[in-house]
Amino acid sequence: MKTTKLIFPLVLALAATLATTGCKHKPVGVTKLPGQNPPQVGETGPGPTLPNTPPINPNENPQGNPMALPPPEEFDNMLADRAVLAADTIHFAYDSSVIRSSEKANLAAVAQALSSDPNTKLLIEGNCDERGTEEYNRSLGERRALAAREALAKLGVDPMRIETRSFGKDKPVDPGHDESAWAKNRRDDFVLLHPKPGA
Amino acid sequence: MKKNCLNILKICLPVFLFAAAIARGQNEINIEQNITVMGMTKPIPVSLDGFTGEVLDVLKFDLYVQGFSFVSPDAAQYLISGSNAGNVQGRLTDRFSKHSLLARSYTGASLRREAHAFADDIVLAITGKKGVALTKIAFKAEQPDGNGEIYVADFDGHNPQAVTHDGAIVAAPAWVPGRLALYYTSYKLGNPDIFSHDLTTGQRRAIARYSGLNSSAAVSPDGTKVAMILSKGGSPNVYVCNADGTDLRKLTSTSEDSSPCWSPDGQWICFATKINSRRLLAKVPAGGGEVQIVKTIGVSNPTEPDWSPDNKWIAFTSQAREFDVCVVPAAGGDVTIMVPGEDPSWAPNSRTLVYVRRTASYRYVLSLLDAPTKQVKDVARVSGSDSQPAWAR
Repeated sequence: MKTTKLIFPLVLALAATLATTGCKHKPVGVTKLPGQNPPQVGETGPGPTLPNTPPINPNENPQGNPMALPPPEEFDNMLADRAVLAADTIHFAYDSSVIRSSEKANLAAVAQALSSDPNTKLLIEGNCDERGTEEYNRSLGERRALAAREALAKLGVDPMRIETRSFGKDKPVDPGHDESAWAKNRRDDFVLLHPKPGA
Repeated sequence: MKKNCLNILKICLPVFLFAAAIARGQNEINIEQNITVMGMTKPIPVSLDGFTGEVLDVLKFDLYVQGFSFVSPDAAQYLISGSNAGNVQGRLTDRFSKHSLLARSYTGASLRREAHAFADDIVLAITGKKGVALTKIAFKAEQPDGNGEIYVADFDGHNPQAVTHDGAIVAAPAWVPGRLALYYTSYKLGNPDIFSHDLTTGQRRAIARYSGLNSSAAVSPDGTKVAMILSKGGSPNVYVCNADGTDLRKLTSTSEDSSPCWSPDGQWICFATKINSRRLLAKVPAGGGEVQIVKTIGVSNPTEPDWSPDNKWIAFTSQAREFDVCVVPAAGGDVTIMVPGEDPSWAPNSRTLVYVRRTASYRYVLSLLDAPTKQVKDVARVSGSDSQPAWAR
């Protein structure tokens, strides 16, 4: 009887120690995804409720300073070669302009082509699947083209050599109406531009 | 004697109400807003007698999309009768008071136009508001190859006329308020550029040919300014310039902005944007200033806002799995989902909308929606796929 009375507080103390120290160990098998999840505010317990979204300030500029496009005259007197970078088209997730790691090899190939001939320039054409509204897709397609331009700049390409064009959902490569067609249509095509002879 | 008293009351009651409305001044607007319940108003029952063929079709179409339903004379609130032998002649009678509200003969135009004019007179006599049967819409007619042309037609899709002959991708026509003139996007020169086009003289000129995206022009109510989406700064954002393209100003620094539209007082530009990965409607003062969110409670992924001419509503498209045409009070708030469809544009009467319906075969069809009654009718088709309608107002 006496022993049980003594053990009980000990168990409590042990539990309390475990509770405070145990949490200092990182959970095993959980990989934090970079930059994907917005910070949680308020309740964090499990349940069917929607996560609280952080307060929105539309006047904050979440993109940092976007890179302005070069004036259109910079691309006069150029000839388009659609074939040379045709295999380097990159694809996007639904409703996203984030460049996935699976697409980085193609971008590196585009950067390589541009660095091997400093006289060339690049046109990036952004495209969408048919599921968004029309002008929303025109803006999303432009964001996709601009995202590739920003990624190429990080690879050392002068962004002033790159222009962008969005076709929204008006130029699908696959006219189908299923996920396999949509996945092909959510894309950036790269068109290499050569100076016209004599220009 | 009792009957006479009732009749006097029926005649006098509107006069009393009118006097009360005048006495209340500003409050009149509030009273009206309280009784307009979007999507839940009963249509006004009328009977149609003596008309045939095209004239009967036109009258039925015009009245249906402005909140009327067709019943037998003994169930009707108003009796519409007349003939279309040679020209349209019509009468409108209040069945209860037996008063003749309208008796008119129409000449000097096609039967179709005469019927539209009669429909407008009926709407005005019954509701006190101008009808929309003689108004125009602009839209994009797309060919299977993705290229298309901008068209203008009667509001019911009849008498279509091609505005462009570009053989290129075209997009987003917008009317200059009160004028036969459009702004629209064309890829004719390669890039998406914005053109202004005077439909009277046929003259057109590029007003925005910057690098990247130039699209979604929207003309201010006084016709002096144009809002649009440009990406020359490295991100698709809302810009505003003069009608001729001069004095360009950047208004927003949000992300993936699209589809600007003006408030009827010209003070605000409402647009779709993406903030913290969430798609929202927002508005910015037309002269520049802080962006404010327009709440659309109950739906997700709002795009394509259009502000009603009476300043009360914003119609827009929401997207869950499919698209829905929705209406929200202009200040933001609880959303009324109207019908499956997208890209709504208000008629000058602030009750009828033209919008796009996707068919089972993935084509676009233009349709009209009477927002208070939710009555819907397709307009006549030009091509296999008509979209991006804009109602002249």
